[in-house]
Amino acid sequence: MAQTHSNDAFVAFERVQKSYDGETLVVKDLNLSLPKGEFLTMLGPSGSGKTTCLMMLAGFETATYGEIKLDGKPINNIPPHKRGIGMVFQNYALFPHMTVAENLAFPLEVRKLGKSEREAKVKRALDMVQMGAFGGRRPAQLSGGQQQRIALARALVFEPELVLMDEPLGALDKQLREHMQFEITRIAHDLGITTVYVTHDQTEALTMSDRVAVFNDGRIQQLAPPDELYEAPQNSFVAQFIGENNTLDGTVQEIRDGYAIVKLDSGETIDCKPVNVSKPGERTLVSIRPERVEIDKSRLHPDAHTLQAEVLEFVYMGDIFRTRLRVAGREDFVIKTRNAPDQRRLKPGEMIEIGWLADDCRALDA
Amino acid sequence: MKLTKMMLTTTALTVAAGAAFAEGHGSMADSMTVVSWGGAYQNSQVKAYVEPYVEMNEGLEVVTDESSAEAVTKLRAMSEAGNITWDVVDVVAADAMRLCDEGLALEIDPDTMLADAPDGTKASEDFGDLIVSECFIPQIVYSTTFGYRTDLLDTAPTSVCDIFDTETFPGKRALEKRPIGNMEWALICDGVAIEDVYDTLETEEGVQRAFAKLDTIKDDVVWWSAGAETPQLLADGEVTIGSTYNGRLFSAIAEQGQPIGMLWDWQMFDLDGWIIPAGLPADREARALDFVKFATDTQRLADQAKYISYGPARASSAPLVGQHAELGIEMAPHMPTDPNNAQNTFLFNYDWWASYRDDLDAQYQAWLLQ
Amino acid sequence: MADTTTDGPMLAADGTPLKQSLARALRRQKIRALMLTAPLLIFVLVSFIMPIGSMLMRSIQNTAGTEYVPDILPNVVAELEEWDPTTGELPSEAAFKAMIIDFQVAFENKQHTQLGRRFNYETPGMSSLFRKSGRKVSRMDVAEITDAKAALLDVDEDWGNLQYWATIKANSGYYTSSYYMAAFDAERTIEGVQMKDPDQRIYQKLMLRTLWLSGLITFCTLAIGYPVAWLLADLPLRTSNLLMILVLLPFWTSLLVRTSAWKILLQEQGVINDIWIALGFSDRLSLINNQLGVVIAMTHILLPFMILPLYSVMKTIPPSYLRAAKSLGATNTTAFLRVYFPQTTPGIGAGALLVFILAVGYFITPELVGGADGTFISNRIYFQFSTLGNWGLAAALGTIMLAVVLLLYYVYDKLVGIDNVKLG
Repeated sequence: MAQTHSNDAFVAFERVQKSYDGETLVVKDLNLSLPKGEFLTMLGPSGSGKTTCLMMLAGFETATYGEIKLDGKPINNIPPHKRGIGMVFQNYALFPHMTVAENLAFPLEVRKLGKSEREAKVKRALDMVQMGAFGGRRPAQLSGGQQQRIALARALVFEPELVLMDEPLGALDKQLREHMQFEITRIAHDLGITTVYVTHDQTEALTMSDRVAVFNDGRIQQLAPPDELYEAPQNSFVAQFIGENNTLDGTVQEIRDGYAIVKLDSGETIDCKPVNVSKPGERTLVSIRPERVEIDKSRLHPDAHTLQAEVLEFVYMGDIFRTRLRVAGREDFVIKTRNAPDQRRLKPGEMIEIGWLADDCRALDA
Repeated sequence: MKLTKMMLTTTALTVAAGAAFAEGHGSMADSMTVVSWGGAYQNSQVKAYVEPYVEMNEGLEVVTDESSAEAVTKLRAMSEAGNITWDVVDVVAADAMRLCDEGLALEIDPDTMLADAPDGTKASEDFGDLIVSECFIPQIVYSTTFGYRTDLLDTAPTSVCDIFDTETFPGKRALEKRPIGNMEWALICDGVAIEDVYDTLETEEGVQRAFAKLDTIKDDVVWWSAGAETPQLLADGEVTIGSTYNGRLFSAIAEQGQPIGMLWDWQMFDLDGWIIPAGLPADREARALDFVKFATDTQRLADQAKYISYGPARASSAPLVGQHAELGIEMAPHMPTDPNNAQNTFLFNYDWWASYRDDLDAQYQAWLLQ
Repeated sequence: MADTTTDGPMLAADGTPLKQSLARALRRQKIRALMLTAPLLIFVLVSFIMPIGSMLMRSIQNTAGTEYVPDILPNVVAELEEWDPTTGELPSEAAFKAMIIDFQVAFENKQHTQLGRRFNYETPGMSSLFRKSGRKVSRMDVAEITDAKAALLDVDEDWGNLQYWATIKANSGYYTSSYYMAAFDAERTIEGVQMKDPDQRIYQKLMLRTLWLSGLITFCTLAIGYPVAWLLADLPLRTSNLLMILVLLPFWTSLLVRTSAWKILLQEQGVINDIWIALGFSDRLSLINNQLGVVIAMTHILLPFMILPLYSVMKTIPPSYLRAAKSLGATNTTAFLRVYFPQTTPGIGAGALLVFILAVGYFITPELVGGADGTFISNRIYFQFSTLGNWGLAAALGTIMLAVVLLLYYVYDKLVGIDNVKLG
C-alpha cells in the first residue's frame, strides 16, 4: 500500500506532541496520516504513547503541540461529541442501566433521529454483528464476546466514517479473540470505514491491519503493512517486538554486492542483508526469524556461511517443532521446523550445522 | 438454683446478723450510695453534709451518683429486679410523691426520724408545709423566676407582668417549653387572683384565656428545655428577660459577673429533698436514716446555703445562713425565701398538675404548633 | 465408577444413600454456621427484637403500674358490665360498693395512685380523685356501709362524675385501644370516639411535620452531597483522601458539640447575623429555634450518611462510560443525565433511605434548635416517656412511627426496588 500524502489523508497527525506533566513527552513529534478506508493498528508496549494518540484523536486528550486533522480540517478544538468518531472501549463501556437496543439507540437519540429510523438502524446494526435476538437484554446478561459485538455495533450504528478501538479484545479468551479479529476486519472492510485500532498484541496487529504503526517511547518506530513489518523490520526494536526473533551481536566486516559480512562476537562470520548499517566497523545486531533457519545444509547456497550449533531442547508443538540451540555462545537461539513426514526431530546433545539465506538475515542497529 | 439458694442463705444471715447487732451497736452498712443532680448542686451537698458526715464516721465509703433526673424510672426498674443499689436519693417533690404513691420510697415520721431544731421545735413543725409527702424529707426551696439584662433594658422590670410588655421591655424572652409556671403567670397577669388560678385553669375558657395572654408574646419567645439555656441566652444577648432556676441566675450574676438582674416577682417555689428507697436491707436503711437525720438538721441546711443560693427547707435554718464560702458575699438576699424576695410567690401545685398535666401539656403543644 | 449408575438411589462410597450423606455433611456445616452467628443472633434478639416486641405490647396493654387494670378492679369491672353510660345515669349501687372493695385492696398494694394516673391519661382530674380518696376510702368498713354511693360521694363529690365512670368502663379490659386513640388525636367521650378539634390534633401535625422536614433534609443532603461525592470519586486518591477526612470529621465530633456550634453560628447575636448586619442589612435573621435551624443543622449532621453511599457507588463507575457517551455524540449534560446519573441511583437510594430514616427518628437536634415549631414526633415520644411517664402512649406513637417507616420502605421497594440500593 502506497504511503499517502497528508493533504489527501483522511486522518492526519502533524508534529503532534503530548506531555502530561510539562517535563516529559509521552508523544514525541508524531506524524501519521491514513487514507479513507484504511485499517491502521497502533501497536506497542504499554506506555509507548499509542493510547494517548488514540485519545487525542477521540478528543479526550488535547495535544500539547501540533495539529490533528480529520478530513482535512483541524479538530483540536472540537469537543469529542462533535467529532462524530465511533469508539470501542477496552471494557466495552456498555451502559449497564440500558438494554442492548437502548445502548444502540443512544447515539441516534442524541442526534435526534426519528423513532422508526432509529429502530431500523438499531436492527440493522444488531443484525450486522449477528445479535438480532438480543436487543431486549441488559449488558450484564451477555457474555464477553456478545458484549464486544454490541460495543462494536454501538460504535458503528450512527455510521461514523472513523472508528477507534482501544484494545477491544483484551478481555476475551484466545479462541473468541481470534474469531472476533476476523469479524471486526470483515465488518470494517464491508462498511469501508476507516479504523484506528490500538493493541499491544502483535498477532492481532498482524492479522487485522492494512498497516501497523509500531510505537515505542513516544515515537512511531515503523509504519508498514504487516508482511513488511515482519519480514523487513527497520530496526532492532521492531524486529524484536514483532514475532519471535533470534539476535546475534557482531561487527560489520565488509559490505559487498549489497550484502554485509558480519563477524560475530564469538568469532564466526555470517552473511547478512544490511538494513541500517552502512560501513565496515559498525556494531550491529543481526536478526534471523526462527522459521528461516535452515538445518538441511543441502538446501543452502554452497558458499553460504554456516554456524555450528548444539541442540539443547526439543519441543513438540503439534504443527511445528521448536528447538532451542546453543549458537555463537548464546543459548536462546530458537528454530522452528514444520511438522512434515520427512522432518528431522533433533535430539538434545546433537551437534548440527545451521545456515540461512543472506536475505533472511538482517543486520540492524546495535 | 444452687446459687440462688446460697444467696438466700447469705441474705438471711446478713439480715439476722444485722438485726442482732442493731440492738447493741446500731449496726449500719459501711458504704452508701447517694444519688443527686450533679453539678454545683451536688457539690454543695458534698461540702455541706457528705464530707462532714464521712469525717464523723470513719471507714464509711460514700458512692455518688448523678441520676436524679431518671430517679423514678430507675427506682421502678430496680424494684422490679429486686436489687436496689441506691441508699438515699435527691428528688424533686413531685417525683417523691410519685415514688411514695407507688410504694417505692420509705415512709418517714419526721418527729422520730429527723432532728429537732436547736430550740426544741419538732421537725414536723420546723419543716411545716414543705413536707408534701409522707416519704419526702425536704431539703431546699428553689424557685423558677426571671432574670433580665440590666444593660440592654432601659427600665428594670419590677413585675412578672412586665414580660408581657414588649414595648417598655423590648427583646426576646426565654420561657420554659412546658405549661407549668407559664400558665399561672399568664393568668396572674391577666388579672386572675392567685387563689383562683387553678380553678380557672380547670375550665376550657380559663385555658384559652391563658393562651390568649401568652399569644401576645408568642413571637418574642425562645423556648428552653434545660435550665442552663436561659443564663446562656441572657449572656449572649439573645433574650433580654428569661425564666430559669434562681440558682442558675445567681451563679451567672455573682460568680460570672454577668449584667443580669433578678426579678423575684411571682416566683414559683419548688422543693427538693431526700427519699430513701423502700425495701433496703436493715443495715443500709439504718445508715441511710442516720445520714438523712444529720444532713437535714438545722445547721447542715444552713451550711448548704454557703455554696448555692437555694433556701434551706427548715424555718430554723434561715437565721443561720451566712456568707458564700468563696465569694464572701451575704447569701441571705439571694435566697428565694428571703422576705424581700418572697413578697409574691406561689408553690408548684403538685397535686393539681398531677391531674391536669397530661391534658394541658397536649393543649400547650397544640398551641405551640399553631 | 460405573456402580453409581445402576438403578435405585445413588450411593456414596460407604454404601449409604448419597442424599443422606450429603444432608449429613451439610447439616454439620449448617450447625457450625449457626454457632458462629449465635452471638449476633442472641444479641439482636435480646437487644432489638424483644424491646420492639415489648414496645408493641405496651401500646395495647391496659396496665396500671405492673398490673392489668381488670386485675386491680375485678369487682368494679364485673359490676360495670351491664351499665350503659349513654343513658346519663350513674352506675348502680353495687358498682359503687365494688369500687370501695377494690379500692381498699389497691390502696393496700399502693396501686390506687397508679390507677388514677392510668385513667388520668384519658380524663383529667382522675389522678387527683384517686389520690385524695385513698386514705378515706381505706378507712371505710365495707360491712357497715349501707349506701356506698353516698359514702363515696361524701369522700369526694367527683365520684359522681359520669365521665369518670365511663372512662373506667371503657378501660376495663386487659387490652386497650386508648393509647392508639390518643396517638391518632382521637378522644373518647360518653357519646363515643371522636376526633379532636383540628387545632388540637398535635400528633397528626407532628407526624406530618417530621416526615416533611425529614424529606426536606434528605433532599438538602442529596443536593449538597452529590457534587461532593462526585468530586471525591473523581479526584486523585491523595486529594480525595484529604477531602474524605473533611467529610468524616463531623462524624468524629460529638453530636451535641456540633449542634451547639450551629446554635452559636446561627443565633440572632451570632456570627452569621453579625456578618449579615455588617453587610448593611438592618434586620437580623431568625435562623435558629425554628424549622430552618433544624434543616440546616440536621443537613450538616446527616451529610456523611448521604455522601458515603454515593461515593462508594460513584467510585465503581469507570470514567469510560462518560467518554463512551460523549464519543457517541452526547453533550456533557446529556452524558451526565442519561449515563452517569442513572448509574448513581443505587447510591442515591441508599443515601436517601439512610438519611430519611435517621432523620425521622432524630431527637437531640430538633430538641436543641427546633424551638416551638421545629420539634419532631420523637421529641414528643421522649417527653411522654420520660416526663409524663405515659409509656403506653409513647409506645403507641413509636409503633405508629415504625409502621410509617416500614410503609415508606415498602413503597420505596415497589417504586425503586430495594435491590437497587447499594450501601457500599
